[in-house]
Amino acid sequence: MEDKNKESLHLKLIPYFEKYGILLLLVLMILVMHILQPDVFLSWRNVTNVFKQISWQSMLALGVFMVIVTAGIDLSVGSIMMLSLMILAVVAKAGAPWFIVVMTPLIAGFLCGLFNGLGITLLRMPHPFIMTLGTLYIFRGAGNLISGGTPISGFTDEVRYLGHGRIDLQWLGLEKSQYLPVSLVLIAIVYIIFWIFLNHSKTGKWIYAIGGNPNAARASGINVNKILVIVYSLCGFLSGIGALILAGRTDSGYPNAGLQSELDAIAACIIGGASFFGGRGTVLGVFAGVMIMGILRNGLNLMDVSSFWQQVLIGSIIVLAVYIDVLRRDLGTRK
Amino acid sequence: MSTSNELLLEAKGITKYFGTITALENVNLKVHAGECLGVVGDNGAGKSTLMKVLSGLYKPSSGSLHFQGKEQVLNSPRDSQILGLEMVYQDLALAGNLPIGENIFLGREPTKKLGFLKFLDFKKIKELTNAHLDKLKINVKSADQKVEELSGGQRQAVAIARSTAFNAKVVIMDEPTAALAIKEVGKVLDLINGLKKTGVGVIVISHRMDDIFTVCDRVMALFQGTNFAEAELNNTSRDEVIGWIMGKK
Repeated sequence: MEDKNKESLHLKLIPYFEKYGILLLLVLMILVMHILQPDVFLSWRNVTNVFKQISWQSMLALGVFMVIVTAGIDLSVGSIMMLSLMILAVVAKAGAPWFIVVMTPLIAGFLCGLFNGLGITLLRMPHPFIMTLGTLYIFRGAGNLISGGTPISGFTDEVRYLGHGRIDLQWLGLEKSQYLPVSLVLIAIVYIIFWIFLNHSKTGKWIYAIGGNPNAARASGINVNKILVIVYSLCGFLSGIGALILAGRTDSGYPNAGLQSELDAIAACIIGGASFFGGRGTVLGVFAGVMIMGILRNGLNLMDVSSFWQQVLIGSIIVLAVYIDVLRRDLGTRK
Repeated sequence: MSTSNELLLEAKGITKYFGTITALENVNLKVHAGECLGVVGDNGAGKSTLMKVLSGLYKPSSGSLHFQGKEQVLNSPRDSQILGLEMVYQDLALAGNLPIGENIFLGREPTKKLGFLKFLDFKKIKELTNAHLDKLKINVKSADQKVEELSGGQRQAVAIARSTAFNAKVVIMDEPTAALAIKEVGKVLDLINGLKKTGVGVIVISHRMDDIFTVCDRVMALFQGTNFAEAELNNTSRDEVIGWIMGKK
């Protein structure tokens, strides 16, 4: 009898663990880092620094997350960001007014995503991997073609605002160094909007349904291809926002921007509990995944650990996170 | 009921080619209100193709569909759903990662307006789901349970609940008992008998003579894509129907 109670408690805890387990890991990491670096890690300067560092990655990760929920993949987000950044740089150098410069990466990113989505559905690619692997090369090549393969630097403050702007908090009695980065506010706003979109709109629910069972979605009268095009377009759009943030942070468009960042984005999603089989994962989880990678890098830098160890650790966490996903599936589903 | 004998669905001369292969040739079919039609046939006889034509997933190469006396052209499953024609697929067509309620209303979710934005109305989904499951006497722990946590019989029940949630007039079921444990088969067949009583026309595709002879009023056999034989259930026997499946009269 006691055993039975124990088991039912254990079964009751699983859904909570599934939902919030990754946050537990994040809190644990913050605690460990705080104990290891009590003076620095939780200082205002370092915390804002972490958020500034993850700002553009968090946009790519969110886009890739939606794609992964549909059981797809987008390998081209890093290249979309680079191409959008280069277009921004060229337009800015041509002397366009700032409000046009700010729009260009968003439009360019959206169009790149649309191109991916139409390619996957209209050309009936056997897997999104192939289409987006192709565009990974195409977009980066195009970015180098329009910029001549050289960095273009120097943007106005308006263009740099989202990536570099500061919200002064002195009116709260804080010091001048204790400002809020605009990019942090932007992350919060974008994540909340996409959380609402994915959980409380029909389209969002259908994105999850397509990942769960595309045949069920089709049989329910959902236009699966249309939803997929929307998802890839939004993913491109988010990469465009990433480009705008990066333009602000670095004040330049450069050929290596976002190189391999698609892999970081995928890693953040997987660590955050998104399943490659589709249909699983939460916006909160992706945020936790991005944070975990950001804190890991930041913490290891603070402790002067070589970046080679960072690679080993991040890789290990990916494998571990997916193993937990496998165990969870075994527990959660009846076969 | 005055409408109990109303002719709901009629397929006339349905022919379907896939390239050079003829899957269906000049097939006719009728279903009345409150009636269950059994469709039998060997693998490849064209049963599934016929059902996909009826549900709007395939367009027939020639022939016509008539619903309540009117000719209809179905371009997608959405079109057939609007007419009140629902399909329960053999692979169930449920999304395991979503709860029961969201599966039942998938693609037709109730929403509430907030300004110019529309949001899903989860409260209404839950209320409607509970009421509908009660009506069909389907027992599950909660409408919030994910479908992947259910047994095969419960999933079939959810699939049937899904098909009838929007006042369906005709429900087509493809092998409704194929993947079920023996004790669950009875429950699903009870559910089908219950549907008939509410005036729904049911088409059941099945290999199991037990199913056919428990719930159907009429049985028709397809053989190599054509109408082979048809009879009221009272005027035939299991052995005869099995003979039809093999192509013997």
